[in-house]
Amino acid sequence: MNSRAFHSVDGTYNFAYLDEQTKRMIRRTLLKAIAVPGYQVPFGGREMPMAYGWGTGGIQITASIIGRDDTLKVIDQGADDTTNAVSIRRFFRRVAGVQTTEETSKATLIQTRHRIPEKQLTEKQILVYQVPQPEPLWKLEPREVETRKLHAYSEYGLMHVKLYEDISRHGEIITTYDYPVEVNARHIMSPSPIPKFDNPKMAMMPALQLFGAGREKRIYAIPPYTRVRSLDFDDHPFKPQRFDKPCALCGAEEVFLDEVILDDKGDHMFVCSDSDHCRERRAAGHTGSRASDAADMGFVPTEGLN
Amino acid sequence: MNALLEAQSVGHSYAGGQLGCEDVSFRLYPGEVLGVVGESGSGKSTLLGCLSGMIEPSQGSVRFDAGGQGLRDVFSLSEPERRLLMRTDWGIVRQNPRDGLRMNVSAGGNVGERLMAVGARNYTEIRGEALDWLTRVEIPSGRIDDLPRTFSGGMQQRVQIARILVSKPRLVFMDEPTGGLDVSVQARLLDLLRGLVRDLGVAAVVVTHDLAVVRLLSDRLMVMRQGRVVESGLTDQVLDDPQHPYSQLLVSSVLQA
Repeated sequence: MNSRAFHSVDGTYNFAYLDEQTKRMIRRTLLKAIAVPGYQVPFGGREMPMAYGWGTGGIQITASIIGRDDTLKVIDQGADDTTNAVSIRRFFRRVAGVQTTEETSKATLIQTRHRIPEKQLTEKQILVYQVPQPEPLWKLEPREVETRKLHAYSEYGLMHVKLYEDISRHGEIITTYDYPVEVNARHIMSPSPIPKFDNPKMAMMPALQLFGAGREKRIYAIPPYTRVRSLDFDDHPFKPQRFDKPCALCGAEEVFLDEVILDDKGDHMFVCSDSDHCRERRAAGHTGSRASDAADMGFVPTEGLN
Repeated sequence: MNALLEAQSVGHSYAGGQLGCEDVSFRLYPGEVLGVVGESGSGKSTLLGCLSGMIEPSQGSVRFDAGGQGLRDVFSLSEPERRLLMRTDWGIVRQNPRDGLRMNVSAGGNVGERLMAVGARNYTEIRGEALDWLTRVEIPSGRIDDLPRTFSGGMQQRVQIARILVSKPRLVFMDEPTGGLDVSVQARLLDLLRGLVRDLGVAAVVVTHDLAVVRLLSDRLMVMRQGRVVESGLTDQVLDDPQHPYSQLLVSSVLQA
């Protein structure tokens, strides 16, 4: 965030790709979004050098707020070494020349898709979410003019109709990701497709949370220490996912696990979805039931890979 | 007794000067059913739109007594107030149940929506209430989780009625409630509607071109033609002894079975 002339590594782009006027426009949008927690603010989304659906909203926010001194971490489905994470990290190293990291605690700015890190974030960190569909009511009310009114007048009965349908068909609320939340006791908001396991982490989080939807051109935010409540019924309270086994590599419990298929004979295991959390625990000597296989299976530190 | 709804010289012209309705005045009292009949294009639906807050009339005023606060102009209410009115004190039964129902939501969800809209958050209670209302409109309880699209036209119409009555409205607008249904289904639906309206004491404005509907349902009747009310009075009086030539024509054109 400075106006000093900067040239990217190859001298072609402005600092962090976007021109300064666009960044200012997005920062103004961000201020408005922070002032009204959970409210979707339209913004003039730009074309980014990647397809919609690959995080164009998140990248525009990151590009607008990143500074030379920031350290960036990018998460894709909890992992730092998957395609989306690797390419976005490389993008910002190239156009902004900033430090990148895989360690949650060292990052000042974290752009994420589909997860919140297991480690508690701090006031010195900002979490940027990539959002495919910012409107929580869109499957129930296709008219955008109408959904805006529903938000404006707090007419949110419809959201519970969806949860009602879940219970009546399946006996419980089966929405497991993109589980709607109420922010600051006012706006209903899509938390982006994070598992509902992560919903409780949004509440009273010390870090600033920003959400960018590139295709839909909407930005919204949760300021630090804001109330966030997952919707439910009195007699069917919100329940995050639980796993009955710990991570097979690091033995962590109370974390979100991914299933990994190991061969074509049905062998599989559950490991931490947050790859940095798992690596850190293994480095500290924690082991799970299949920890000895980790190196063979490619679960090795990825430093230097990108 | 105080009037529930009052229309004063209500008139509406569409852009381009096309006349919808003109100079319609009446008072509706709690528990009373008013029938509006007339041929296609006589301004019935425009009038209903004006009365139910959907179309702002270009002349006159529509006033409603929301919860004993005295008569207030419907169009001077703020939009959120009017919308709240529409999902609590009012109900609109549409001719085509597809317009009044959420077709991708189960029958139970459809009926429960208004309860959730005013803050009900207990699943068991919402479901109990939905089941109760579906039973009252003669939908088998085993079909509570089925989508409306799997229902027949008559059943869809009954689900729509349950969806509205669940919030115990004081005023229901019905636009051709039996249109598109075959005669035996029509008869059962009318019988049901008459029972419900009497039991609950809701007031209703029923717009239809079908004289049998108003004969069964309504206490008072207005006959409309070319946007104007040509005759009004007690239903039996108007139907058995029509005074205006158009009313006479309307009554005489019904085949006597």
